[in-house]
Amino acid sequence: MNEIRLTPAEMLSREPRKWLMTIAIALVSVILVFWSGSALEANASGGSGLSVARSIILGILHPTPSLLLTLGTNGVPYLLLETMCIAFLGTLVGAVISIPLAFLSASNILPKPIAVLFRVVVMAIRTIPSFVYGLMFIMVTGPGAFAGLLTMSVCSVGMLSKMFMETIEDLDKGILESLSAAGCTTFDKIRYGIIPQLMPSFASTLIYRFDMNLRDATVLGIVGAGGIGAPLIFAMNSYRWNDVGAILLGLVILVLIVEWCSSKLRNALMRG
Amino acid sequence: MSRAELPLFDRIFRPRTYTLGNGKTVEERRSRLPLILLLILVAIIVSGEITGFRLSVLIRRISYFFVMLSDMFPPDWAYMPSVWQPLWDTIKMSLLGSLIGALLCIPFAVLSSSNLIRSKVVTAVFKFFFSVVRTLPTLVVALIATYVFGLGTLAGTVAIAVFTFAYCGKILYEQIETVDMGSHEALEALGMGRLSSIRYAVWPQVLPSFLSTVLFCFEGNVRYASILGYVGAGGLGLILNEKIGWREYPRVGMILIALFVAVIAIESLSSWLRSKLT
Repeated sequence: MNEIRLTPAEMLSREPRKWLMTIAIALVSVILVFWSGSALEANASGGSGLSVARSIILGILHPTPSLLLTLGTNGVPYLLLETMCIAFLGTLVGAVISIPLAFLSASNILPKPIAVLFRVVVMAIRTIPSFVYGLMFIMVTGPGAFAGLLTMSVCSVGMLSKMFMETIEDLDKGILESLSAAGCTTFDKIRYGIIPQLMPSFASTLIYRFDMNLRDATVLGIVGAGGIGAPLIFAMNSYRWNDVGAILLGLVILVLIVEWCSSKLRNALMRG
Repeated sequence: MSRAELPLFDRIFRPRTYTLGNGKTVEERRSRLPLILLLILVAIIVSGEITGFRLSVLIRRISYFFVMLSDMFPPDWAYMPSVWQPLWDTIKMSLLGSLIGALLCIPFAVLSSSNLIRSKVVTAVFKFFFSVVRTLPTLVVALIATYVFGLGTLAGTVAIAVFTFAYCGKILYEQIETVDMGSHEALEALGMGRLSSIRYAVWPQVLPSFLSTVLFCFEGNVRYASILGYVGAGGLGLILNEKIGWREYPRVGMILIALFVAVIAIESLSSWLRSKLT
């Protein structure tokens, strides 16, 4: 190859000039910051904010031990178990709803317009905030863990069906062709060609979503849909910061453990 | 393989042996699927008991789910002018919150990546810090913020910033740890300082994916910001909560449609930007 030797100064002069672009991006960012800063309205009550923050943090750092250790239905362990059950069943029911939706919105299975239509449906499902769903399901089942479970499942639909859809669109069709070349029936093709391709990724998505649902379970509490959220919000609204500390401590430990297990499981699934 | 090396499962359920045509014997381990299915079934039954799951109730009363939904249609279009202000507030809150969180997480993410910091203790401490902040429910952070900063958008912005900080920080340090360190070493060998070699060798490698993470987070934050209003942290959630309380469902429908359109617009803008980035 005929290479031209350049002095460092010449190399430097050949550096692409991007300063105009940089300045434009910086300008846009600064304008956006000032524009969004205009919405800030601090109704803070003078300098009392700091002392409030201090007492809150002190309270949270001294959790009530009795709440953490009682095994009754009001203790943190039972509430955490209930929250885990809500998240678990919620994820499963969500999967049951999302799998058909995912197949319907995959553009390699259905024609594009129909797939796009179902994608818009999924997006609409995802837009409604979870507490609105919570209120709707309380009308169905009455307040309690059952309503929370159903809320959780509908809230999972958005992410689950999007991830499922991406997996389905990545299906390797060559395997199906070779199976039909080998004389397999449609059922065999689904059993040996499609399910093995989809299962690991579906399972990993579900485990991940379970993790997220456990974390989001507090949202359910604000509408009285069971789990650890309701006691947490009550304690916060009545300024019982020691109780808040106990509940948060339990929740944080549980979420950390579940997260650790779920990342181990997902790594194992990915390696096959 | 000797008997002792087999995992416990295979010692209970012996592998199946086949004799091939050429006289060789091969072993097929028993599938673990039945065991896993059994465990899942037990978990389903236990959680069904605890949560009081009744399919019959669900089938009989599911129509009540649509009562509120059908009251929302047709939405009250005349209400739209008073939706604009909270909608912009929500978007501004998430924009500023995402920006603050994303900027704040950079130094912490650098401190928790094991290829830039040699001390294992420091990285472990910062990684643990990120995990703990990430497990704090956003709603709780928002509620505490309303006590400290008063009701209003500032509290919501703080809550979103905290969430973005933890989420983007975790992804950023994971990205930094997978970076190609060759150029960093080369620059250090040339006599560049540690910080400037990070600036010129590591930073350009992670910047595009970091920006796309932040954009993705911003998208989610717009949706999440609508919940924050529930605890008085400003934005759409405030009027949403109020209208639900007063049972003015057509107006609730209008708010939800406005949110839907805004979310679609922001998502398509951000996915276009992200496709440019990568």
